[in-house]
Amino acid sequence: MNGPHDMGGMQCYGAVEPEKDEPVFHADWEKRALAMTVGMGFAGQWNLDISRFARESLPYDFYLTKSYYQIWIAGLQNLMLERGMVTPNELQTGMPETKGIQVKRVVKPDEMPAALAAGGPVERETTVEPSFKIGEKVRSLNINPQTHTRLPRYIRGKLGQIVTIHGCHVFPDSNSKAEGENPQWLYSVCFDAQELFGKGAEENNTIMVDCWEPYLEPA
Amino acid sequence: MSDSKKHSHNHDDHDHDDDHSHWSDMELKVKTLESLLVEKGYVDPASLDVIVETYETKVGPRNGAAVVAKAWSDEDYLHRLRQNATDAIAELGFTGRQGEHMQIVENTDDVHNMVVCTLCSCYPWSVLGLPPVWYKSAPYRSRAVSEPRAVLSEFNVELPKETKITVWDSTAEMRYLVIPKRPDGTQGWSEEKLAKLVTRDSMIGTGLALSVDEVSS
Repeated sequence: MNGPHDMGGMQCYGAVEPEKDEPVFHADWEKRALAMTVGMGFAGQWNLDISRFARESLPYDFYLTKSYYQIWIAGLQNLMLERGMVTPNELQTGMPETKGIQVKRVVKPDEMPAALAAGGPVERETTVEPSFKIGEKVRSLNINPQTHTRLPRYIRGKLGQIVTIHGCHVFPDSNSKAEGENPQWLYSVCFDAQELFGKGAEENNTIMVDCWEPYLEPA
Repeated sequence: MSDSKKHSHNHDDHDHDDDHSHWSDMELKVKTLESLLVEKGYVDPASLDVIVETYETKVGPRNGAAVVAKAWSDEDYLHRLRQNATDAIAELGFTGRQGEHMQIVENTDDVHNMVVCTLCSCYPWSVLGLPPVWYKSAPYRSRAVSEPRAVLSEFNVELPKETKITVWDSTAEMRYLVIPKRPDGTQGWSEEKLAKLVTRDSMIGTGLALSVDEVSS
């Protein structure tokens, strides 16, 4: 979806403002927002790509003006509402009115360190050979799905070169629709800055973008 | 759940119970949500405490600094990082969420690497901890790819004109760790001492490793 999250190349957001000696969290609620977002991921009612799409699908003005943890909380609430795990009224009061659904997993405190350390690798075995070779010229497709994609707008239709073959990874465009992992070969593709941003772009820069095979065609 | 001692007075026009009037709207919303999730049996609050503790005290940029210092000191280790960074980083005990598929990118006299996630906030948690606010912000996400040199100047980093900048957009689950250039005058330094030169920003590519003068001053 061409949403507010797809920011590469925009020029309207001003200067970067690094904060000196920035704390890990700026308020206690941010800690709980992080923990609930990570913790509810273990419940197994959605996957990483579905949760990313939930955040991207928030109203554009909300996405552009709220802090990242506010976006996470709003995304989490929507994911649970969509699945009937909570009701709008319950979110207001905090008092359960209905019995919850049975989630796949509730991680116990003593299991949590191992669960966090295990992470969620997305590389998959395949018998299919990659279609592209290192050094090969490719063009990224100009696709504009209404659904989740990790092909950013600023590289669509642009000419690049395969630099690395990373392996066969879960394909977000399918996984975000709960249509299965549909693993695809993943490549680092090198783009020249002037190919992406025109003759006026800073010279001598390259941009590396990880692209799944279905995003690319031979050039 | 820890009660907030910090009162951020970001009230808008919602009505609250008097008891809760010292809480910001977000504190109230998040507390309400947590108690609901616990009541419904979706999460164990003590497990959430473990998540907070992990990212507040255990996982952070010191992890990445240890990797960089070892890469600077140990040729064999650097070789293993180049071959399979995920495994080489796991040798030091750093694994897990948002670090499942790691790759190092090495700064040289000719090339400076810089990492961004234009689409969200992907960041190598296992070696750098949670991302700073600026990394997740629109200014950085939008301009890191199109004008990295201008962005670097906002971090007070000025590179020679001839230095080529390579920007890595983390669109997939690959996570990139920049190995900054080893500062001059550090021959014979221990890994522990070298690690003190390695800042978080130098491992994102928006900074350089500290010079010997900067740490001794």
